[in-house]
Amino acid sequence: MSAGARTMRRLEPAAIAGVMSREVANFRTYWKGTTFSSVLEPIVYLLAFGLGLGATLVDEVDGVEYIQFVGTGMVATAVIFSSALPSMFGTFVKHRFQNTYEAILAAPVDVEELVTAEMLWIGLRAGFYGCFPLIVTFFFGLDPTWGMLLVPLFGLVTALGFAGFGVAMAATVAKIDQFNYVTALFVTPLFLIAGTFFPIDGLPQGVQLVAQFNPLHQLVELVRGGAFGYEAVDLARFAGLVAFAVVMWRIAISRMSKRLID
Amino acid sequence: MAAIELSEVVKRFGPITAVDGLDLDVPEGICLGLLGPNGAGKSTTMRLLTGQALADAGELRVLGHELPGESKEARAKMGVVPQLDNLDVDVTVEDNLAVYARLYRVKDVGAAVDRCLDLARLRERRRDAVDELSGGMRRRLLLARGLVHEPKLVLLDEPTVGLDPQIRTELWTLIGELKSRGTTILMSTHYIEEAERLADEVAVMTHGKIIARGRPAELISEHAGRQTAEIYAAPDRLAELRAEAESTGLRVRPAGPAIAIVGSEQADNGVVPEEAVVRAATLEDVFVLLTGEEAE
Repeated sequence: MSAGARTMRRLEPAAIAGVMSREVANFRTYWKGTTFSSVLEPIVYLLAFGLGLGATLVDEVDGVEYIQFVGTGMVATAVIFSSALPSMFGTFVKHRFQNTYEAILAAPVDVEELVTAEMLWIGLRAGFYGCFPLIVTFFFGLDPTWGMLLVPLFGLVTALGFAGFGVAMAATVAKIDQFNYVTALFVTPLFLIAGTFFPIDGLPQGVQLVAQFNPLHQLVELVRGGAFGYEAVDLARFAGLVAFAVVMWRIAISRMSKRLID
Repeated sequence: MAAIELSEVVKRFGPITAVDGLDLDVPEGICLGLLGPNGAGKSTTMRLLTGQALADAGELRVLGHELPGESKEARAKMGVVPQLDNLDVDVTVEDNLAVYARLYRVKDVGAAVDRCLDLARLRERRRDAVDELSGGMRRRLLLARGLVHEPKLVLLDEPTVGLDPQIRTELWTLIGELKSRGTTILMSTHYIEEAERLADEVAVMTHGKIIARGRPAELISEHAGRQTAEIYAAPDRLAELRAEAESTGLRVRPAGPAIAIVGSEQADNGVVPEEAVVRAATLEDVFVLLTGEEAE
């Protein structure tokens, strides 16, 4: 070891806070538009499916009024659209077009800290936005419960995983257009087989099996557990989401390290 | 102790060797100009120093810290002014500075921001978004951002590339002030005038290596002599004059539409025609002779 000696640790809170402070400074300039779309989009889905299908085709699912079934499921939709997509596009733009990461990495910040901070920021934001569909569903007769207090935590953990997924994808694609493939191959299918709009037990066996590995489905089930009563299996679901977030975190760091360090 | 010590550093990108056995020492308190054509390896050297590129071979030490293992410690004491403007354009001037003060773990963020605003002469514009600033103001802010933690060493990567002459002069003044405070500066540039004006020493880099180094006057004296004769004529006549000068052992380089006979004070009578414009030899003569590239 040299005379200077190593004094700085890995994953320093100060470095992570510094990167997040940059995100907060930027967010103050665009929060209205992002909040508007992040809140309105799931509400439109909720009203279209909940009221549309609920009033014409479906009254109840498993004894739950259809709009409440969709409303609780829409938490997952809000989470994925507020995490995976901003993470993919935001990371790509900051890296390729704005050269933001070059400036941050010239400071005493490592790729691990940079990625962690980006994921945390997106996770917190998406966890917060994910609560809006639930709040709207209160106006359609859903009763608040103590169990729902855990929903922001479920949203945060799932969003961390999808933020990591987005960062990893941004570090993998060569051009921004290639996000179309990512959206079509991963984001949309995950969104559709989450059990948001219909219960997955009516789907073919193979699709049901795939859905069990879909973090969004696990989130939907956890939110419904919070609204209508938890089961023992929900602990395993939560553990699965934590594992998803941890695996995506490490993959994102690995992919970004390859991309940012020559 | 040298602020930067590079020994036999090699960096390859596939079949391309960007840095090829580079040896470079930058003593504390000087401004070293790393002068070279595009593709010489200057930017790769800068990336190696900030830990954003890892050397395939060789030893790197910055402010006493070995790289890449102690890169983070080195970066904490080093300021970097990038070639490309990567300010957050929607964010205010003061928030841009405050974010980097936090990234560099500055204790009194407010005081650091105020100091940088004064340095960049942007106190009146502190609450404006960067987008609303002129090009010159943005470059001054970029420079001030790299100094937010009062670093011992500053890396300037092509600090004035693509700027108009007025903004370039403004930045040179700021860099001059930085030099007068004793900050060690490594400045990569491909502008001869910039190196000549700002650098205490110049290292000429090409093909990933330093091929000459010294104070500008020493380099000129060693490689280009005292005088250069520039001759403007038709292409055929220039070719004839060039052949004649070279046959007597003089070195001739292209100079746009002209040719330049370097070290023309040593020419025999009649070799330099009467219509030649004789001027003092410059660093540009050295650069073109050594690198074979036209200067900017």
